[in-house]
Amino acid sequence: MSDSEPRDALLRYTSGVRTNHWLVALSFVLAALSGLAMFHPALFWLGNLFGGGPWTRILHPFIGLFMMIVFLGLAAAVWDDNLLRPADWQWLRQWRDVVNNREERLPEVGRYNGGQKLLFFVIVVCAIALVLSGILIWRPYFAGSFPIPLIRFASLLHAVSAFVLICAIIVHIYAAIWVKGSVHAMVRGTVTPGWAWKHHRAWFRQITHAAHSRTGPD
Amino acid sequence: MALQSLDIVRRSATSTPPPDVRTSYAGGVAKLIDTSKCIGCKACQVACMEWNDLRDEIGSNFGSYQNPADLTDRTWTLMRFSEYENPKGDLEWLIRKDGCMHCDDPGCLKACPSPGAIVQYANGIVDFQEENCIGCGYCVAGCPFNIPRISRRDHKAYKCTLCSDRVAVGLEPACIKACPTGALVFGTKEDMKEHAAERIEDLKSRGFDKAGLYDPAGVGGTHVMYVLHHADQPALYAGLVENPQISLAVRLWKGKTKPLALAAMALTAVAGFFHFVRVGRNEVDERDEAAARQALAGTPRGTLPPGAGGATGRNPENRP
Repeated sequence: MSDSEPRDALLRYTSGVRTNHWLVALSFVLAALSGLAMFHPALFWLGNLFGGGPWTRILHPFIGLFMMIVFLGLAAAVWDDNLLRPADWQWLRQWRDVVNNREERLPEVGRYNGGQKLLFFVIVVCAIALVLSGILIWRPYFAGSFPIPLIRFASLLHAVSAFVLICAIIVHIYAAIWVKGSVHAMVRGTVTPGWAWKHHRAWFRQITHAAHSRTGPD
Repeated sequence: MALQSLDIVRRSATSTPPPDVRTSYAGGVAKLIDTSKCIGCKACQVACMEWNDLRDEIGSNFGSYQNPADLTDRTWTLMRFSEYENPKGDLEWLIRKDGCMHCDDPGCLKACPSPGAIVQYANGIVDFQEENCIGCGYCVAGCPFNIPRISRRDHKAYKCTLCSDRVAVGLEPACIKACPTGALVFGTKEDMKEHAAERIEDLKSRGFDKAGLYDPAGVGGTHVMYVLHHADQPALYAGLVENPQISLAVRLWKGKTKPLALAAMALTAVAGFFHFVRVGRNEVDERDEAAARQALAGTPRGTLPPGAGGATGRNPENRP
């Protein structure tokens, strides 16, 4: 914990969750760049970052598999807090207030808001689709064992789910930039009480009932 | 084949025109395979091995003259033998020389993500340029005829080149040269269609009233065509596809959806940027911090509602 951390900062992400998140994030960037190289000819040059076309084809599935394995840990850690509740649907229905920073009009938010929860499950669905379809089209190890019509469908599913996932992650990254303090929360683990009060008031109440204000050793 | 060609009409994963200043004024070429004249001698298979310096592994007998059992990275053409009992109860031994059909609208080329790994020449020949191949196998998914094979040794895709190297210098493909019965002929596609029409007429006069030419329109026609005695039932010939076309999945995967998807991704990022410009960041101000401090100060520890267990199990640091 840095010396400049205010004494009343609230711990939002433990070092374990942060490590897990950034392992997923780094492998996502690599998987996305290598995948985009094979997604559209205009981006084939991205393969040069990985040592050329054949190396891109060799590395991409291993990077993707690594991402999915570390994502399992992250998903398990945040699963319960991401189950959608009626208040979340109300939050999502008021998306105009959300994007216009009129947070005071929204229902109180727990550890995650409706948008985060929805995004989480979009990512989970894409991850499952990507892993299954990715194994079906993985050459030279697996694709040879599957019928060609299935490989065609898997190729399409892989491309569609990768597209959805990349769009979802762009939204995720922008939301982190937009809501100031979010990046710090995921990099250093803590948020200010005001941040928790403003963005996740139900979570704020929940944790401060137990502990008024302190950050433990991390 | 790595010779520079100036007569390329299609190039995989390339959105600008390929070098095509040289035109095929004689029109496309075609190989015509007359199944009714084929005696299954496999001279074409041997000629293909010899010209292309290919030696496949010695296979094992699986109860058919067909050898090896399937096309491989080192068997680019294969005689497929089918035993068909016709409605009269007679046995017909149908032999079909299998290999790349050189589609006018090649599914392999459409599916290939690597620029220049698959090209189509003005004469219609579809050729793999293995030095550009990345081994992803998308051509296998793209092909409606199940032709390309990925080598287990070098992980490149291989198939019949229609002897593009020989044709480029005015020779006929090696298999044509070796055929002893005239079942294989080669020339311009127009000439081959005329020749086929004569053969079909002859076959019809001999009782094969369903004889016809196999030049499937679903892939824009092919530069390898068959004369079939049973053109109404191509599947009799070791599962020759009846109406081949590039699969819907491949067209959705590789068609206009790709640039649209790319644009959608870029637009998502651009939308974020303009949200930032128009609405701006969602920031916590002093009033929020003050409200939070007030809330913290006004929460006596003794009055916790039951069940307000505080921090989640994942945040042990927040426990008192």
